[in-house]
Amino acid sequence: MISEGDAAMYKGGFMQGFEVKNSEKEDISVLGLKGYLDAHTVPDLENAFQNLVDNNKYKIVVNFEKLSYISSAGLGVFMGFIEDIRQKGGDIKLTNMQPKIFRVFDLLGFPTLYDILEEEKMAVEMFTSA
Amino acid sequence: MVSILPDSPKYQLKLPSSSSNLALIRDFVTKVALQIGFDGDEAGKIELAVDEACTNVIKHAYGDNSEKQIDIVLQVKRNELIITVSDTGKGFDPSGVQVPDLNKSIKSGKRGGLGICLIKTLMDQVDFQIKPGSKNQVKMTKKLNSSSN
Repeated sequence: MISEGDAAMYKGGFMQGFEVKNSEKEDISVLGLKGYLDAHTVPDLENAFQNLVDNNKYKIVVNFEKLSYISSAGLGVFMGFIEDIRQKGGDIKLTNMQPKIFRVFDLLGFPTLYDILEEEKMAVEMFTSA
Repeated sequence: MVSILPDSPKYQLKLPSSSSNLALIRDFVTKVALQIGFDGDEAGKIELAVDEACTNVIKHAYGDNSEKQIDIVLQVKRNELIITVSDTGKGFDPSGVQVPDLNKSIKSGKRGGLGICLIKTLMDQVDFQIKPGSKNQVKMTKKLNSSSN
């Protein structure tokens, strides 16, 4: 027997397990990711970024604390938006990654091009002190 | 101590080529890898490599056509896990895939090439057999006790 909660996760496909929550801290947008980010769930993150850009929100912190899995499809979103956002004077800062998640970013060379920080508050401070 | 895995029967999954099945594929591959003796860290690398190979099939070989099928086979031979991902879609020239220059990719807005790069980094050996429209196959090998990556 699986619980109703588990059954809901499996409905319409095997485990629809990705959520992105947006919160605002003054002029900084924080996207909290939860679940798994792959080629199937990545449109939800694309939409979240597009919404921020459409609303001229260019100071973005992405908190990975509750993200349990990422593939290169997920990393592609950060590659696709970063140039435009930096040209507008903003940045995407990445925080709170589990080691399994950081390894994927590290293998592909992201730490040389993106700020990857241990804590969300460190990223917020970098924006406010800039 | 080096443990030796016995040769195993084939574990096979054949299913519609849809990104909605990626979580199911990962679950299958991870559980098989753990069952035959890989630790959680190694199973995670195998899981990601297979996801990347299947994503390439779903997006590029079959162009998001879920009427097509992906065939995944796992088997242990001579203390190595051999995984093949096969399709009958559009092939590609594996020699034309280069490690992407991340800085250039960002400037140009390109996102491709990361998946193949990851597969090669995560697995011990990767071989491609490409026969477009007939059978394309990526064969990925992971040795037991290989902890270099």
